[in-house]
Amino acid sequence: MKPGLHPLVMLALVAAVTLFGRVLPTWTLSLATIAASNALIALGIVVLARTGNVSFGQGLFFAGGGYGVALVANAWGITDAVAQVIIGAVCGGLLGLVIGPLIARYSGIFFGMLTLALSMVLYGALVKSSALGGSDGFNVGRPSLFGMIFNDTREADFMLYAVSVITTGLAGIAATILFRSELGLVSLAVRENNLRTEYLGLSATRIITINFVIAAIFAGASGAFALMAQRHVDPQFAYWTTSGEFVFVAVLAGYQSVAAVFVASLALELVRSFSNLYLPNTWQLVLGAFLLGVILFLPRGIGSLWVRDRHKRIKPAAALPVAAQKEAAQ
Amino acid sequence: MKPVLSVHGLDKRFGAVVAADALSIDIAAGQRVSLIGANGAGKTTFVNMVTGYLKPDSGSILLDGMDIGRRSPRNVARLGISRSFQIPQLFVDLTAVENLAVAFSGMHAQALSFHSPAQAQGRRDKAIELLARFGLAEVADRPIFELAGGVRKLIDIAMALVRRPKLLLLDEPTSGVSAEEKFATMDRVIHAVAPDAATIVFVEHDMEIVNRYADRVVAFYQGRILADGDPRDVLREPEVRRYVTGGAA
Repeated sequence: MKPGLHPLVMLALVAAVTLFGRVLPTWTLSLATIAASNALIALGIVVLARTGNVSFGQGLFFAGGGYGVALVANAWGITDAVAQVIIGAVCGGLLGLVIGPLIARYSGIFFGMLTLALSMVLYGALVKSSALGGSDGFNVGRPSLFGMIFNDTREADFMLYAVSVITTGLAGIAATILFRSELGLVSLAVRENNLRTEYLGLSATRIITINFVIAAIFAGASGAFALMAQRHVDPQFAYWTTSGEFVFVAVLAGYQSVAAVFVASLALELVRSFSNLYLPNTWQLVLGAFLLGVILFLPRGIGSLWVRDRHKRIKPAAALPVAAQKEAAQ
Repeated sequence: MKPVLSVHGLDKRFGAVVAADALSIDIAAGQRVSLIGANGAGKTTFVNMVTGYLKPDSGSILLDGMDIGRRSPRNVARLGISRSFQIPQLFVDLTAVENLAVAFSGMHAQALSFHSPAQAQGRRDKAIELLARFGLAEVADRPIFELAGGVRKLIDIAMALVRRPKLLLLDEPTSGVSAEEKFATMDRVIHAVAPDAATIVFVEHDMEIVNRYADRVVAFYQGRILADGDPRDVLREPEVRRYVTGGAA
């Protein structure tokens, strides 16, 4: 596998992008915050997709993180943004630990549909739960950071932008290290031939579970960001269209590059914002056409623009006809 | 000599088809045993039961005295039985050395690293050393989908060797290899396997290969053992000639 960027270089990039927020117009700060938050959950889907499984129900963990943070914030008054991200990640991770081992024995469409079904079960439960505000959900207070309260809108937006970019950036660095690691390699092996991995003494179920829990942690943290940005949580967090959007980002990105997830998420938010602005009645059509275009021209995702196939598929010389080999040699 | 593998009264049926009918075999350490038989005779079913892929209807499979008949392929591999496949089961988008790196990861499957590089230098060196034993060092960094069938077969066997198994099962190691290359391929396999696997069981259809490389032959027919013993004796038996070799060898 190619060595790629050193983690310290990636850290410097994250710092630069964070500081860049200082010169960005205010309206782009919230757009970038949403893009970073969506990138985080899509990154989890990509981590899981490397084992050959796609979750259509990440809204489950997104809602788990969002509701968990909101309940803790209202019960104990914890408004610190960093603490809320950690609480969201823990809530998502705990849910992942419960569900992961049960679901990891399924694969393909069964895996995807089970995740979707579970997220819709949570959606149904949340809608019916009057203690959690039913279909309207409930509000939470403004987030703070290390005791600082941000009354100025621009400063509050920048704080959220900075926390989301730094968190997502760190998650991206962790994912990059993971992709190059032993676990990253055996995940690709599970995707290709899980029975063979079993014959080598590896547990495909365990490897899928680990990736599933990582994806759930990312989704829970992303739910915390959505809560902080909206200061409101409702069952829509767990709805299938919400999960679909995250899969949308992951499909746009492909599974080969972590950076592609950020680019795809930002591209999607830009397309959505501008098409919503200029074509308010047909923006979904533009979004669909955008996805179709990417699938047609970049079937391996936006990442394939700079990451060629891990190994470009070429015909082995031995398989060429003798005449063609002679011709090639001349 | 104490057997490495001891199989007693093994039965397996798929509906009306009898794939194993009261099979009993003891395989001693250091033996090189060839399983022969027509298609459907029960050879691969036997291999699948010994490696945990199929569960026997009845009977016992003992590895060094431990019953492994109900264990999963993963557990059986950890206990010391490895196998290669008739159709190589490789990770085709990964390189040869990455395939072996996955196999090395199987050695400490409970503690996979989240951060150390998949191709840490020590592991890469070991993988290349193993490939070199098969004469394949030059394809180390080529993806499997670029490689010819015979090369894939050897890499499949190399992966099975990573664990230094007590018992190595090879399912038709020379199938798909041309007649001119079959002895060279088998020589390479035997030479490469020698330091790590003391006991080898291989399924084979080619009686020239069986004659040259096996020191014991077990002939299967309709899930039963038709004959078991020295290759020269077994291959001359009238029933074996009639039902298995068709007069070959």
